[in-house]
Amino acid sequence: MSASETSGNEPPAQAINYSSVPDQDGHFGTYGGKFVAETLMSALTDLEALYHRLSADPAFCAELDEDLAHYVGRPSPLYEARRLSAQAGGARIFLKREDLNHTGAHKVNNTVGQALLAKHMGKRRVIAETGAGQHGVATATIAARLGLECHVFMGEEDVRRQALNVYRMKLLGATVVPVTSGSRTLKDAMNEAMRDWVTNVDDTFYIIGTVAGPHPYPLLVRDFQSVIGREARAQSLDQTGRLPDALVACVGGGSNAIGLFHPFLQDEDVAMYGVEAAGHGLETGQHAAPLSAGTPGVLHGNRTYLMQDEAGQIIETHSVSAGLDYPGVGPEHSWLKDIGRVNYVAVDDTQALAAFHQLTRVEGIIPALESSHAIAYATELAARMEKEQTIIVNLSGRGDKDMHTVAEIDGIEF
Amino acid sequence: MSRIAQRFAQLKEQGRKALVTYSVAGDPDAETSLKMLHEMVARGADILEVGVPFSDPMAEGPVIQQAHERALVNRLTLTAVIELVAAFRATDNQTPVLLMGYANPVEHMGYAHFADVASAAGVDALLTVDLPPEEVAPIKAELSRVGMDCILLVAPTTPDARLVKIVKQASGFVYSVSLKGVTGSGHLDSNVVAEQVARIRQHTALPVAVGFGIRDATSARAIAAVADGVVVGSALVAAAAEAGQGGPEAAVAAAGALVAEIRQGIDSLAS
Ligand SMILES: Cc1ncc(COP(=O)(O)O)c(C=O)c1O
Repeated sequence: MSASETSGNEPPAQAINYSSVPDQDGHFGTYGGKFVAETLMSALTDLEALYHRLSADPAFCAELDEDLAHYVGRPSPLYEARRLSAQAGGARIFLKREDLNHTGAHKVNNTVGQALLAKHMGKRRVIAETGAGQHGVATATIAARLGLECHVFMGEEDVRRQALNVYRMKLLGATVVPVTSGSRTLKDAMNEAMRDWVTNVDDTFYIIGTVAGPHPYPLLVRDFQSVIGREARAQSLDQTGRLPDALVACVGGGSNAIGLFHPFLQDEDVAMYGVEAAGHGLETGQHAAPLSAGTPGVLHGNRTYLMQDEAGQIIETHSVSAGLDYPGVGPEHSWLKDIGRVNYVAVDDTQALAAFHQLTRVEGIIPALESSHAIAYATELAARMEKEQTIIVNLSGRGDKDMHTVAEIDGIEF
Repeated sequence: MSRIAQRFAQLKEQGRKALVTYSVAGDPDAETSLKMLHEMVARGADILEVGVPFSDPMAEGPVIQQAHERALVNRLTLTAVIELVAAFRATDNQTPVLLMGYANPVEHMGYAHFADVASAAGVDALLTVDLPPEEVAPIKAELSRVGMDCILLVAPTTPDARLVKIVKQASGFVYSVSLKGVTGSGHLDSNVVAEQVARIRQHTALPVAVGFGIRDATSARAIAAVADGVVVGSALVAAAAEAGQGGPEAAVAAAGALVAEIRQGIDSLAS
């Protein structure tokens, strides 16, 4: 497409420098920013300054790489799912195996990074919010390793749904705090973590689990998760001799998706699909798909697409997967949606569960319910593509934590 | 002169300190709220801070969180809060009313529209907890357009350089947050508060009101000794909620009684 064919005054897509966002104040276009109480502003400024310095410090980067290699187990494989591809009947599907990381999901890439920041800031206590429990487990894990006190806030409803992860966190020495306010899920856990942070800001580092929250979190979580895309890009070139035609990742807060997408944003021929949770169906209103069916607003420190009612109250979400059950989304995704670089689509509970069973049976890989959303969309997409084309799906986590949920749905009692 | 500036000027003349009372609009319903606002004025409140119910009140402790939840049961949202203030204004054209809440409902209504309808209803100012100076300019412009004040917070963690920028943008009064924590926290230290107020006064002539953690006549008196005003929130909300078990009249009476007690505590300074 020539520049004259682009609409209005917008620059052609290739002119966008994706590393130039966020701006100094954390804005991705009109999204992002720092919408927090004054008490937290100086903590954010300190974190920003420290991160700015450390991210350019070779010693810090070496320390992080060392942890990623020997503690997390990176690089994670890029695996060609041949039987799944054959069933889908189209493009070749590759899985980026984040499920093989220590603790079983991509979340640990970020917690290892933030915990190092906490260590450099001399904080003795870390806090985290968690939905599925994967981020809580990853935080409790790194806290155990560094000898940090750890408190994990988790909605009461999720404590019930993810009992196994609650036990894991306790084994790791963390205190799990059930949150009983609001809808008792991830958003309320995040509110409670913010309240704890405001109270203990002197000695506490808040390890946010996704690319949301106030600046600089969306930036630094993106940077820590981008190892996924950097590896995938090199592996694709190495294993197939070219870049993939499409990337697919599920979107809760959006960290595994941005981690895969970001290193490819400049590659205009790589199509990208962020898969939100359509829950019981977008038309029912019972879903967790703010990009597909929400409107912009302000929550948890940033401006972004949200699920809200006509009075600007945040509404309750539904997804079979606790990790996608969140009414907001990282601000960079809101921007990528508006500029049209990434396509955001939605997959419902039933489709995700079918993909969960399919991948388990044909590849011997039990995916997390979150990741199952991406698998479901990828098989659909593959069917519409040519045999020579390739898709990389972010298999963001393994499904062990979801055994209870799936068994319950299938009517099985242990 | 705005109602807020006028009120602080009057009080100064009388050698008295301002009592700012916080209640959540619609807790437990709009009718009781309205009665409570009038009762609090009758018993000695100088400025009314009216909380706008929000689904995710991140800066609040459990007492005020629950008040937001109670108000939302009746879907008491921003439009209804503004109507409540209009109803209050029908019989009280003097007492300043300040809305305190979170950015999203205001943003969703649209800053310009909010400014128009709120000022028409007789709202004097807006305090949005999650709009620090970095993000406040667009709404502040709309508030200024209609002559409303934009209240900004200064926290114990605010460095001096930042404080200077904040007070430059502030109008009405400066809201000094007394402690690191959520509303209703219990670790108020009046020496720390005194230092912070002094720090603020070095950079502005605006009145300084202190909030968070003030719960009774004694703590209000201690803070009033060093500030131009004290804000009482959780203690009032809790008193009303507890008494409210016995019906809305009891809730109104309990809030009024606590206001009277705190008023006395503050005024005992002057004598
Ligand atoms: C395995 C897995 N995938 C995805 C997510 C969603 O988070 P995000 O969108 O930040 O990657 C979670 C969150 O808990 C998760 O555990």
